[in-house]
Amino acid sequence: MKQSYGKDLPELPNEGLVYPDTEYFCKTRPVPVEPQFKAMEQVRNWARANSLAIQAFGTGCGAVELRPLMTARYDAYRYGVTGSATPRQSCVFVIGGYASVKTLKRIIVSYEQMQNPKFVVALGSCTVNGGMYWDSYNTINRIDHYIPVDLYVSGCMPRPEALLAGFIKLKELIKAGKCEGANKYAENFDWYKANQKKIIKNWNMPDYNW
Amino acid sequence: MSEWLVKGGYAVVSVTVAAVYGLLLSGIIARTLARSQGRIGVPVWQGFLDVFKHAAKRTAISHGVMFYLGPILRLTGGIGTLLFVPMLYGSAVFGNFHFAGDIILIIYFILFGALGMALGASEGGHPYSAIGIGRGLAQFAAFEVPFALAVISLAIQYDTLSVYQIVGAQQNGIASWTLVTNPLATIAAMISLLGSTGYSPFDIVGAPQEIPIGPRTEFQSDFISLMQLNRAIFAAAKLVLYMDLFFGGATNLLVLMVKTWAIYMVPVFVGAAFPRYRIDQSIRFFLRVPTLIGIAAVIFADFFFNAS
Repeated sequence: MKQSYGKDLPELPNEGLVYPDTEYFCKTRPVPVEPQFKAMEQVRNWARANSLAIQAFGTGCGAVELRPLMTARYDAYRYGVTGSATPRQSCVFVIGGYASVKTLKRIIVSYEQMQNPKFVVALGSCTVNGGMYWDSYNTINRIDHYIPVDLYVSGCMPRPEALLAGFIKLKELIKAGKCEGANKYAENFDWYKANQKKIIKNWNMPDYNW
Repeated sequence: MSEWLVKGGYAVVSVTVAAVYGLLLSGIIARTLARSQGRIGVPVWQGFLDVFKHAAKRTAISHGVMFYLGPILRLTGGIGTLLFVPMLYGSAVFGNFHFAGDIILIIYFILFGALGMALGASEGGHPYSAIGIGRGLAQFAAFEVPFALAVISLAIQYDTLSVYQIVGAQQNGIASWTLVTNPLATIAAMISLLGSTGYSPFDIVGAPQEIPIGPRTEFQSDFISLMQLNRAIFAAAKLVLYMDLFFGGATNLLVLMVKTWAIYMVPVFVGAAFPRYRIDQSIRFFLRVPTLIGIAAVIFADFFFNAS
């Protein structure tokens, strides 16, 4: 069985939940999972790179640039890029531009539900430093502080070509074994969680969404 | 003993060939659709990559024993269906198993996977899974009616319940195919195939826009890998079954590929042309005209072929 949580580690407090809900969610923490049989890892990475299932969750205005990718003009399918309707089966999360605090909550839930290894492509200037929303009262400035990002595609907005180039770069990174965001998240779990809780005031969900 | 080992080895070969063919077929169809839309499309081997990628995930979340068993029961249904359908008529390797009443067993095996999946997906606890299962089983009950009627019609026509003997009776050229001798049964069964392949307008079970892919919503990594593999095997098994029952079977792999591909193009063409039904429309559709055609096929067979 593939184990992904630490049984011996201290349980998560889940302070945001009230009684009946506390019974429904897991209290264990994520742990980094090292690849087994390292010789096979290159083959696995090659397969991962050539089968990128994007989670169908448009988190900002940039999500509109994802749609043309599937049309005849850009046709991302030929690079093995497809869509996936549920976070459980997807492996690429495209953060489409600015993330408001309300959306950030959903981003965290969706990101944590994806299975290791998972890749994050952040799209647009807003995800890098806040872009034109840098002093807005309800958007975050750097998505990097809340979930690990593998690749940025900057611009406002980047054209679909730029996004396609980003996906090809992501494939190179995956093949090189440099996309270990899920393990990074598990290793620095407390730091990420503290950042998330600092910005999300009404934290009424479990500390880790299985 | 050694006879059993040889037979088992042949069964493994059959299942492997069916899995490879099923995965390739999905790639070929995706590629064909892409070309018709002016795109280049996925590589034909994309199916293999998807299965491998999901199996290569490092973590897997289970929700309990039944959640584990769901994909396994589904795979059992797929392999079971395949093993009782002769892939090639008269071949030792691809002949698979057969006995006097195997068509009844096959119909049960087709249902078996769906039921196992329903049990497994319910333990996932996702509301969309529940909706998907409800829709899936309701639609299943509807499109099985014309298919069962078509099979009854064939049983009367050939006076047997064995797929092997039904194929054997169709070996004298196109004029002896069920397509020609019993067209009503063929039409009823082909309409039923539209429902069971899950293409539009009957893709309500896993509609990505309404109920994010239905019963499979919660399944990930190894589980979904197993289910994608089963999808390939099951699709191949169903196509081979249809080819055996209505299109004269096959005696070599090339004929098998051409015939099953041609059968598969029917739901693909219909799917490319029609938008999705609602679940009530779909059930009403199957229980009206196709069922009537099925009943007509039974009466037709009884009138023309019943010897007694």
